[in-house]
Amino acid sequence: MIPFQYTRANNIADAVRLIAATSGAKFIAGGTNLLDLMKDNVERPTTLIDISRLPLTSVEETASGGLRIGALVPNSDLAWHPLIEKRYPLLASAILAGASQQLRNMASTGGNLVQRTRCAYFYDTATPCNKREPGSGCSAISGVNRGHAILGASTSCIATHPSDMCVALVALDATVHVTGPNGARAIPFADFHRLAGDTPHIDTNLGPDEIITSIEVPAKGFASNHSYLKIRDRMSYAFALISVAAALELKDGMIQEARLALGGVAHKPWRNPAAEAALRGRPADEASFAGAADLLLRDARPQAHNGFKLDLARRAIIRTLSQAAHGTPQSQSNKTIQ
Amino acid sequence: MQDGAAQSGAKPQPLPEKVSVTLTVNGTERRFSVLPWVSLLDALRDHLDLTGTKKGCDHGQCGACTVLVDGRRINSCLTLAVMRDGAHVTTIEGLAANGALDPLQQAFIDHDAFQCGYCTPGQICSGVGLIAEGRAKSADEIREFMSGNICRCGAYPNIVAAIQQAMGTKP
Repeated sequence: MIPFQYTRANNIADAVRLIAATSGAKFIAGGTNLLDLMKDNVERPTTLIDISRLPLTSVEETASGGLRIGALVPNSDLAWHPLIEKRYPLLASAILAGASQQLRNMASTGGNLVQRTRCAYFYDTATPCNKREPGSGCSAISGVNRGHAILGASTSCIATHPSDMCVALVALDATVHVTGPNGARAIPFADFHRLAGDTPHIDTNLGPDEIITSIEVPAKGFASNHSYLKIRDRMSYAFALISVAAALELKDGMIQEARLALGGVAHKPWRNPAAEAALRGRPADEASFAGAADLLLRDARPQAHNGFKLDLARRAIIRTLSQAAHGTPQSQSNKTIQ
Repeated sequence: MQDGAAQSGAKPQPLPEKVSVTLTVNGTERRFSVLPWVSLLDALRDHLDLTGTKKGCDHGQCGACTVLVDGRRINSCLTLAVMRDGAHVTTIEGLAANGALDPLQQAFIDHDAFQCGYCTPGQICSGVGLIAEGRAKSADEIREFMSGNICRCGAYPNIVAAIQQAMGTKP
């Protein structure tokens, strides 16, 4: 870790002013990912602006029946918030599928969105990485890439976004509220993260001097028919090889509305409107689910070591939609997959 | 790592100054000055001589550094001491009260829930946090919510049994 200055923001305007005025500065909230990267010399901020004491820790109901979640609500508090458990159990489940309780106690809601990939080459400063050092090359494309992207990858970067929470948030049509030097704006969740393209060092569409203030989820929470299924190399406390968030609205066994998002497959939480549209008006059965999976994975392209992800993703999509349809969401404690 | 700064080509920054930090550690107020990059873990071990909290991976992956901050279990390696100014910290040294072990400490002895003992302070602080949360009840849930604490000796079955004893469930 290189030496850095430390300062504390007194309010949101102060935070925005400080980050705009300080070259090489970064915000720190929970610090679980940033400090980890700083210890490996991947992140090298000149100044840390501590935003952890800003008053962004409330969960409030919105006039339209949704919830506005403060950017500094710890992941653990969010997963166990009574309104989240009752109305957005898909979000609660996805949060509890990620990290450990100690990390969830520290990590913030906003920080979860801007965490960096866990690609081993991004962490290893001895190897080329376009995300860490633009133009240096991608070590993963010719290296060990069993954990990498199968959708939307570029010739510059095949890293995946590591979050579980974000997979549920994109499925729920959340909105990210941010504030910057030019005021506040709202970013639809599906537009918040970027594909790598030829600028993989830019993970999101958050401006360099903007701060996330809250995440809003709309009224529809799919509390009756949802599931989050995470497949990984060990039973707990590991990043996803494939994860699926599924939510259905059913009437007489027919699908009125479907949400389907994947983690572990792309540079951003992956959602495909065409696959969801294909489910609408169809019976909630395996044939419909398989059709949606095939549509979603139609453009999937494996790397040298992750061809297994295509079949794994297909099976996981079908299984998660089936769990959602039956109202039997995946338990995040008992890992038996029903 | 100073060489990183040299390579970055950034303008030389004024050398950061030490920051005064006050923590209430195991019920006692402690005031000290640290540079901004000192983790809470290093502050506890190197500045306050509380070496019960262990440094394992120093990356939040092993849980050996787990302490309770304002009653919640966290990885002390992934937070800066300066960020925690004013906080109440409980470490393994602060769990026994009036010479009596915490029920979870006694349960670890009763169930032989450790071998080398290096992960044990973190396991016990994590378990105390888990019991205070009141969420994990079944053995499956205890295993899941203790997954942030690695035991390379593999004492996991006895750790789960010790937590169950301290919770008053079984055995």
